[in-house]
Amino acid sequence: MLNIRWSGVVFQIVALLLSLGVVSLILLSVGASPLEAYSNMLKGSVGSTRKLAEVLVSFVPLLLVTAGLLITFSAGLWNIGVEGQIVLGAIASVWVFRIFIDSTLPPTLIIFISIMAGMVGGALWATLAGLLKTFGGVNEIFGGLGLNFVSTALTLYLIFGPWKRAGVASMSGTEPLPDSFSLAQLSGLRISPTALIIAIVGIVLVYFILNGTYFGLKLKAVGKNFRAAYLLGIPTWQYSLYSFLICGGLAGLAGAIQVTAVYHRLIPSISSGYGYLGLMVAMLINYQSIWAIPVAFFFAALNIGSIQLPIVMKLDSSLSGVLQGTLVLFVILVEGIRQKFLKKMMF
Amino acid sequence: MTQETLLIGLASVLTAATPIVFAVLGETLSERAGVINLSMNGTILLSAMGGFAVAYNTNSLILGFLAGMLIGALVALIVAFAGITLAQSQVAVGFVLALTCRDLSYFLGSPYMSLPGPRLSSLPIPFLSDIPILGTLFFRQDAITYLSFIAILLTWLWIYRTRPGLMLQGIGEKPAAAFIRGANVNLLRYIYTIVGGALIGLAGPTFSLGVRAGWMGTISGLDGFGWIALAITIFGGWNPARGAFGAYLFALLQWLSLVLQPVLTQIPSQVLQVAPFPLMILTLLLVNIGNAEWVERTLAAMPESTRKFFTKLLRAMRASPPAALGVPFERD
Repeated sequence: MLNIRWSGVVFQIVALLLSLGVVSLILLSVGASPLEAYSNMLKGSVGSTRKLAEVLVSFVPLLLVTAGLLITFSAGLWNIGVEGQIVLGAIASVWVFRIFIDSTLPPTLIIFISIMAGMVGGALWATLAGLLKTFGGVNEIFGGLGLNFVSTALTLYLIFGPWKRAGVASMSGTEPLPDSFSLAQLSGLRISPTALIIAIVGIVLVYFILNGTYFGLKLKAVGKNFRAAYLLGIPTWQYSLYSFLICGGLAGLAGAIQVTAVYHRLIPSISSGYGYLGLMVAMLINYQSIWAIPVAFFFAALNIGSIQLPIVMKLDSSLSGVLQGTLVLFVILVEGIRQKFLKKMMF
Repeated sequence: MTQETLLIGLASVLTAATPIVFAVLGETLSERAGVINLSMNGTILLSAMGGFAVAYNTNSLILGFLAGMLIGALVALIVAFAGITLAQSQVAVGFVLALTCRDLSYFLGSPYMSLPGPRLSSLPIPFLSDIPILGTLFFRQDAITYLSFIAILLTWLWIYRTRPGLMLQGIGEKPAAAFIRGANVNLLRYIYTIVGGALIGLAGPTFSLGVRAGWMGTISGLDGFGWIALAITIFGGWNPARGAFGAYLFALLQWLSLVLQPVLTQIPSQVLQVAPFPLMILTLLLVNIGNAEWVERTLAAMPESTRKFFTKLLRAMRASPPAALGVPFERD
């Protein structure tokens, strides 16, 4: 009999090939060469140290968001509101910087407070979705989506209202923060080593929580069977809220890093879709934290690599999203087929 | 504001709501059968782009609308195959499709950016359009808006007044019972998901060939309507008439935010445009809160008369999803 574990790997490779095949067909249908597109994306992502640094800039928030989502997924929750939790983290971080803008405190301390505030901001916003779910009966998917829209409204309000740029408010965002409020970057590159370390620590922590603690075990029990966990005496709704809190905190951390290490101001699209992309990464790795780093890196590389497409081949850069999407889709479909196949073999 | 401009404004609200009405009707049918089609946001964008591209190349509006419906049906077929046949999470598949179809529409649509293309013109119905007030409101619309009025009525009649409609409610609420009564649950679920998907797919061209003619890629402002339609489906309590009402209410709020802009100058216009969204959450909360356990407990502790009042109030707003929504059905 075919080894069950290895059949999983084989099926995953089949999924990867299928998605590459479909995307190649899409490329051929618009008269572009798939090989040329893929090689441009490869060169554009890992072709030089500068490109690689760009990939890491995108990898940091994606990894943090994925880490957070692994917690909510473990608790059986679809935290689609993660996008808004990133935004609130960024808003809280900018807010702290604005308060301390003329302060004489050491900038490092202010940056630290700002990043902490970002975590709190994201966690509070996630708690709102959690409260809507546990006490309002609103499914977290719909509450979360609604809160995402509200967070966008809030960002726009701040950029065009109270935090507007001196002179003329515009979609380019608020006034840039002073240079002293930035996380130090490697010389000549945009990547901040501190941010990278924070992200790695984040995922390691999540791995440890889920695989090495009693808390993680209970969380997974709640996710696997809510009713059974409740009957076993686990305070289920508290655990749901804890998971929202942790995920929101990590998402808010990602938002705060976008402010301190990347944009240095609040912009309308501060979350850059990392929340939704993180959901895809979590699904693709089948909620196993051990795979988060390589897959998040791969997705970040696709994002950065696709920037080359409009420049070199006059193709839209949304191709990376199509590739990521079809990949996750085929992994789900192929896994479904494998399960059906296994069931047939067993009976 | 004169009465005439007010009426024309309200008539434009009905037109603007049309795509959302189609999407809500389609999602309602699909969810009534027990299948969540979460792909809506991407489906609408892809069918808007595809519908526009087909209408542009063939110069036929009808082919454009049909193309949109075909795209919606195909995406729904993927949801159905993964969710019903393979028994995978419908939420996961739908969400992935929502993102993938959105990006695919931007990728394939870039050659059609900002091109002037065919668009629907209004089609006043002779005689009826001359009725004071009602004529301006309802009978000077375009063909697709008339179709949406008919679709609301037909969907409502189908669900609540026909035998197959009763079976539809059955396969969403108690599939095992429906199966014993002779229903081919999974086949019916396929059919309703695909028909619902075609209706959702009709929403796209209604945007790109009507309400917001043309294809503008990321700046067309269509991204998000699918999620709104999903929320409105719940607001409507899986009842097509109430869902359509929700769509009109939403369009009315968006229109009001435009009209009130000159009055409320201290609020940035970008904020007013998104104002309906927080209101949407609030309504979702009102619709759902009756389902929460602590509410029931609190009600039970209330004195008789107050309890009666609150129970009535909550029951009027409350809506529960079909019991088997998202749950795959297996014969044994």
